[in-house]
Formats: sequence, C-alpha cells, structure tokens
Amino acid sequence: MTTLLRPDNPEQVREAIAWAAAESVPLELVGGGSKRALGRPVQTEYRLDLSALAGVSLYEPEELVMSVGPGTRLAEIETLLAERRQQLGFEPADLGPALGLPAGTGTIGGVFACNLSGPRRFKAGAARDHLLGFKAVSGRGEAFKSGGRVVKNVTGYDLCKLLTGSYGTLAALTELTFKVVPAPEKSRTILIFGLDDAKAVQFMSEAAASPHDATGIAHLPRVAARRSDLTMVSRAGANVTAIRLEGPAASVQARAQALSLHFARKAAVEDMRSLSSANLWREIRNLRFVSAAADRVLWRLSVPPAQAAEVTGRIAAAGIAGAEWFFDWAGGLIWLWFPGEPRGDDVRAAVAPCGGHAMLLRAPDAVRASVAVFQPQPPALAALAERVKDSFDPRRILNPGRMTAGL
Amino acid sequence: MSLKMPELDRAVIAGRADLIAALREIVPGEGVIADARSLKVFESDGLTAYRQPPMLAVLPETTEQVSRILKLCSARGVKVVPRGAGTSLSGGALPLADGLLLGLGKFNRILEIDWANRCVVAQPGVTNLGITKAVEHEGFYYAPDPSSQIACTIGGNVAENSGGVHCLKYGLTTNNILGLEVVLMSGEVLRLGGKQLDAEGYDLLGLMTGSEGLLGVITEVTVRIIRKPATARAVLLGFASNEAAGDCVARVIGAGIIPGGMEMMDRPAIHAAEAFCHAGYPLDVEALLIVELDGAEVEVGQLLGRVEAIAREAGAVSVRISGSEAERLAFWAGRKAAFPAVGRLAPDYYCMDGSIPRRKLAEVLTRTNELSREFDLKVANVFHAGDGNLHPLILYDANNPGELDRAERFGAEILKLCVAVGGALTGEHGVGVEKRDLMGTMFNEQDLAQQQRVKCAFDPDHRLNPGKVFPVLHACAELGRLHVHRGEVRFPDLPRF
Repeated sequence: MTTLLRPDNPEQVREAIAWAAAESVPLELVGGGSKRALGRPVQTEYRLDLSALAGVSLYEPEELVMSVGPGTRLAEIETLLAERRQQLGFEPADLGPALGLPAGTGTIGGVFACNLSGPRRFKAGAARDHLLGFKAVSGRGEAFKSGGRVVKNVTGYDLCKLLTGSYGTLAALTELTFKVVPAPEKSRTILIFGLDDAKAVQFMSEAAASPHDATGIAHLPRVAARRSDLTMVSRAGANVTAIRLEGPAASVQARAQALSLHFARKAAVEDMRSLSSANLWREIRNLRFVSAAADRVLWRLSVPPAQAAEVTGRIAAAGIAGAEWFFDWAGGLIWLWFPGEPRGDDVRAAVAPCGGHAMLLRAPDAVRASVAVFQPQPPALAALAERVKDSFDPRRILNPGRMTAGL
Repeated sequence: MSLKMPELDRAVIAGRADLIAALREIVPGEGVIADARSLKVFESDGLTAYRQPPMLAVLPETTEQVSRILKLCSARGVKVVPRGAGTSLSGGALPLADGLLLGLGKFNRILEIDWANRCVVAQPGVTNLGITKAVEHEGFYYAPDPSSQIACTIGGNVAENSGGVHCLKYGLTTNNILGLEVVLMSGEVLRLGGKQLDAEGYDLLGLMTGSEGLLGVITEVTVRIIRKPATARAVLLGFASNEAAGDCVARVIGAGIIPGGMEMMDRPAIHAAEAFCHAGYPLDVEALLIVELDGAEVEVGQLLGRVEAIAREAGAVSVRISGSEAERLAFWAGRKAAFPAVGRLAPDYYCMDGSIPRRKLAEVLTRTNELSREFDLKVANVFHAGDGNLHPLILYDANNPGELDRAERFGAEILKLCVAVGGALTGEHGVGVEKRDLMGTMFNEQDLAQQQRVKCAFDPDHRLNPGKVFPVLHACAELGRLHVHRGEVRFPDLPRF
C-alpha cells in the first residue's frame, strides 16, 4: 500500500520532506503522474503528490515571464500563452500517449524535472535554457531558491540548470519561473521525399547551416511516416524529411522559396501550409511515429547531428530485429524502437564511437529496474554526481534509484 | 579598500620555495613565475579598485599539467585562483597573497572546427572574438559578444556566463556551450557534454557555466556556432525622456518582436560616446535606443517599419535607420565604446551590472539619478534594454579622499534597488569579490548554504578561488550536517490519501 501525501502549499512540502529526512523515509515525487514511467521505477511506501501546488502566480506577457506552481498542467499553461500569442520556446512534448497514458495530464513540474524538449530545441534551446528561477525543498527538508525572474542573472551558481533534468532526485520544486516567447505568425514546412538516412543527414545539415532559420528539422523513414495522420506524409510511400520555417508571413514565404529551390535540384520537394505544418510538428513532438505496440522498447539517443546516420547504420548492423527510428533536431536526436529486450549494450555501442548518449525511454518496469536507463558515466563523473546528489539529499530519500541504482 | 579575504595561511607562505621547486617539476622553464616584479602584472583584473599580487603564478600548457598542479596544491593546502585574460569586472580573478595564480593564457589554440556539427572545440585561452574570426569566412559566428570580446577568453566567458548585446535573441554563454573539459581541485579530469545537445545525467555543464572558477578549471570548451543572419539593420531612436524610451522597449517586446539587440543610453552616455567616436548620435535627446533586427531581408524591412511605428507612438523624436552596413557598424561602434568614452569624463569610473524587469527601467533610472545627487557623483547609463540589464557607470576620482568609497556605496544602493524591484545583483559580470557581500540582499542563509554545499561536492576544502561569490565561508562538514528532529508530529495538517 502506498500512502499519498498531498501538500497544499510549499510549507507543507517542507514539513513532509523534513519528516521524511528525519526518519529516512523514501518519497516518490509525482505531479500529474504522466512521467512515472520515465527513468528507473521508484517503489516507496510514501508518495509526495505535488499536483495541488498548481496555478499561475505571475504572467507578464510584455516581460516574457511566467511563474507557476509545479502541479500546473502544461495544457493549461499553453492555452494561457496562446491567448497572448506566446508559447514555450522549447516546445515540450506530451509524452503521455507514447507511454501508454492519456494525453494532456502532464504538469510543468514534470516538464522541467525531465528536461524534455521538442523539435525547436536545436534552435531555441532546451527546457533547461528557459528556467529563470525556482523555489524548492531539498532532500534535507530545507526550503531554498535560486535564480530569479529576469533573463540576465548570473548571481550565484546556476542551480536552475542542475535541477532541470534531475528527475526529482535533488529537491521538490514548489515554484517555477520561466521565460516565454512570442508565437510565430506563420509556420510552413518543406517536405523532401526519398532520402536515405545518410542523404537526409546531409540535407538536414545544409538546412541547419543555411541562413534561412529553420526551427524544426526532422527525418521520417517510410515505415515511421506511414503512421502520420497527414496524407501528404503517410501516403508518400517514401522517406520524408521535413524542414519547418516560422515567422512573419512574407519572411516565411521568402525563406521557403529559397530552401525549396535549393533542394528541388536534388530531390522531390513539396510545400506544406500552416495548419498541416502545425499538425505535422505536433506529431513529431508527441512521438506519433513511434509504434504504440506495448512490446516495443523506446530509446532516446542524443548524438552529434552529423553522425546520426552512422549511428543508425551501426544499429542496423547489430542485427536488431524490427528496429525502426526517426530523427529530430537535424539529426541530433534519434528515437529508436524495437520489440523485445532493450539491448542496451548494442545501442550504446552504436552511439559510443561518435560521442553522445542513450536513454531507455520506454520499457516495462521490471526491465527498467534491471538495466541502466540513463547512460552510465565514467567513474570520476559518477562519483561527482553522487556527491552533488548528497549535497541536496544526504539521506537519499527523494526518488531513490530513479536515475541510478542506489542513488 | 576594506575587503575581507580568507585568512592568510602562514604555513603555505613559509613553504613557498619548496612549492616553486615542485611546480617547476611540472611546468618547466618560464612557466612558473616567482619574482615580485613579474607577479605584479597579475595583481588585478578588470576591477582595478582591488589589487593583490599572487604568491606565485604558473602558466601551464597542457591539461595534464593543470591536473598535476591542482593535485599538488590539494596535497599542500594551497589555494588556487584560475585566470583567463583577466578582464573580469567583478574581481573574479583577483589573486590571493597566499595563493597560486593559474593562468590559462597558453591554452590559446582552436582544436577543431566541425562544420557539419556546427561547433568549434577551443582551448579556454582563445579569445571570444578569435572563435568568430576562425569561422566567419564560411559565414558563421559565435553569438555571445561581450564588449570586451577582443580580449576576453572563452574560458573566462564560461566561468562568468558572459552575455553581450545580442543575448536577447541568441542567449548567454550557457545557451551556446555544448561541452567542457574540466579539472577538479583533486586533479581529476572530467568531460561534460560533447557535440550532442543534451547532457546525460545531471546538467553539470550548466552548473559549471557561471560558477566563477569555484568548481573546476576549464581546459577545453566546445561552442555552438551559428550562421550569420542574411541581413542585419539597425535603427537609432531618440526620446525626450528615459520613460518614453523605456516604454518603447516594453512595447516592442510586447508586440512579439525579439530584436537581435536593443540597447539604451542616457544623455551623458550619448554625449560621451558621440564625442569619442562620432557615431552620428543625436545630441538633443535624453535617451537613445539602438534596435537591431536581423534575419531574412523582407522580414527585417517589415519589422523595421513596425518598430518605427511603435517608437513614434511611444514618442520618439528622432528615427534614423541604417542605410548601409558601414552605418550599422557605426551605430554599434558608439555603443561598444561607451565604457572607454565615459572613462574620459572622469579619472575613474565604476561599472555596475544590475538586472531588472524591463518595465522598471524608467523607475530605476529616476531613482539612480536621485542617488547620483545624494552621493554627489555623476553617473552615465548604458543598458542592454531588451533584457533589462543595466550598466550604470559611476564617475569618480580615486585621488580624492573618500570618493572611491562613496562610489562603492552608491553602486551598492543601485544594486539593492535592482533586487528590490524584482531583479538581480549581476546580469553578466559575475559576483566575484565586488558583489560578494551583497549576496544577502538576494539570497537568505539557506539559499546560500545550499549553493555552498554544491561547492563542497566539487572542492571540499575551499581551495579553488576562495573568497569569491560567498560572503562567509562555512566548512563543508558544518554545511553537510543534517539537523534532524526525530519524533516530531507527522505533518498534522497535511492532506493524506
């Protein structure tokens, strides 16, 4: 039986963690629960549910800043921003469906705790680049804060970076302040058909290096593209490479023309307008292309973008049956899925020669409990990470084992 | 100058000769500097109000040497102050009388330009501008551009998380760094990040950036380079009041326009800059905005029109759009030379670096001018207005008894004001020794204790750059102690299910 602790305010969060620290009682931290299946499974008698710490305490559109409680739904924030023609620059994904859960349950606390960013990341930065400040309770049961509400702030260590992506293993966030950005007036996508991985990486690299300011560059092999709800993509019968341009209408049109012209000499190119364009990138962002079949394990590989095809080449050579993938971030992010065992050694061996790392994003609990979900680190770095963990949570009560066994 | 630094370690000073010999085993020849005259060169950084020659200086050339030096200093209990070009404006590289100054100037090579992955691997002593110079022939550049970019090094930029005039759109150093090689005080060599975008595990790369040389010594940096925009044009907007200019800034951002740069200067700064480099600034205005728009040609043209319309609504009395690349560069030349230009108005100036919410610009400026009268010291204001980063330049004469002290007190009042309106003590120059004792205005004891615990994870004996950033140095053993009160009532008011 799990006892659920559901504090109403930051002081109650502090009380709960102070008690847990005193008694060395481990706590699992949850918001909407949509990301419980990320990382290694945590099994604790007590669960600290932060979903009641919800609501927007500050939103100043002309200052491009917002402060919210960690339990605030991402969907609610995005609606509020859209009313003022703004958005989160890093385009966070709704991973619910990809993890076998309903859509729209994710909270902003979870978004930052996992540092998961969508297609615009290679251009606009990750979640970690947008967090300006936070309030939190450490595993010591002490309330503390870092950063602030202004974009330019180098006062003290940048704990915003450290907390983002720490999967709730250092502190429980009680308030987050982040940067928001204006939403582009128009979005348009250029589709290029029939490129193999190597050629696609070359084209994506050219697009990223062009002055045309692409804000999304992805490559969908035919088997993945078939899962799209957009017929231009699903019925292409070919691999599809997509390049998104955003901004004022005239500018988007001029840049789309220039890029189309550039690529049309070498491949079949088509143009995708506003609504379809937005839908395609929502599909990319929310992993629509990943097989929903429950027996598929899903990996997230972060690699040097120009080496993406080399990595998938090695995956293919490793003879992993039924392996499928697609590229985002101009090649810098590879989503890889296949049936059966996670084959962590093969996957990581495919990444190792070019640098980068692999995270097992989806697999049954029992599997995630028995393998390295996050990239194993060299000893000196692992030891440092352990000391950092202990500097926040010396009794190791917050999300124990979520990132690394024993931590 | 009443700056309290960590207590002198007499045993270390007594062991100086021995240390010199041990260091020469690691770095041969002229790499170990021990004579008083040569050491004087290092006595201050860009914050010249503070001066202290180091006990010794060493200029290693390899990561292995850095590792051995740090290991040696750890074993002997010697404090170490890392230094790049020494352009810090906050005293971040101020030496210690009983410390070793670790100069990284010989790490001055670009190791790799990876065009396909759009990144450059550089040694930390390469200058900021040096990176752009190495890639501009292919149309690329490194985005963060602090005004000292000719001299400041990329390693120092990482240590301070430096900004510049273009970070409103392109981010600070931390948003443009992909990987680091770092040597810990123990001598351990770590690689953080690489050419991929996301960190694995904890984001120690993000933590190292802006850590002011307190966590580790940077020996290699991988930075992102980006393609130069197709077009960049700038517009000069003159206003009859600071309020109107501040209002214009808020309206531009509110309209969903993120300029490549948006800088503001007040009357004294405008006059000083114009006299210094004849940029063509209007002299009959109280405030001047330089707004730069970049991107596709058609977009830049369109946005310039919108900015001009917004500016006129906000009461702009003069509008001048750059007609040529030469004119655009001239607009910037005045702004980039604002510090030395203001420097000609008085024997000394003291550059502040507060950060505030944009809409507080006019309020803070008005109050700053009141303070200027109270302290009887002139002030010129230069801002990164787009991101609310102020650089008030306080003019003083160090030869007049008490003036430096008065300038410092004036500066402290400005920074407290920035914090009070929701801003920060430092936007891009760092805390160093300069703002160290003001940390308490922004952070409470628990905030600071948690930051210092992080320091303990990297450097448990406080050997690396001690006396910077934190007003009081607590022993790590004390910081790590957990005061638990067992048997308390279990959170009686907490909803449980």
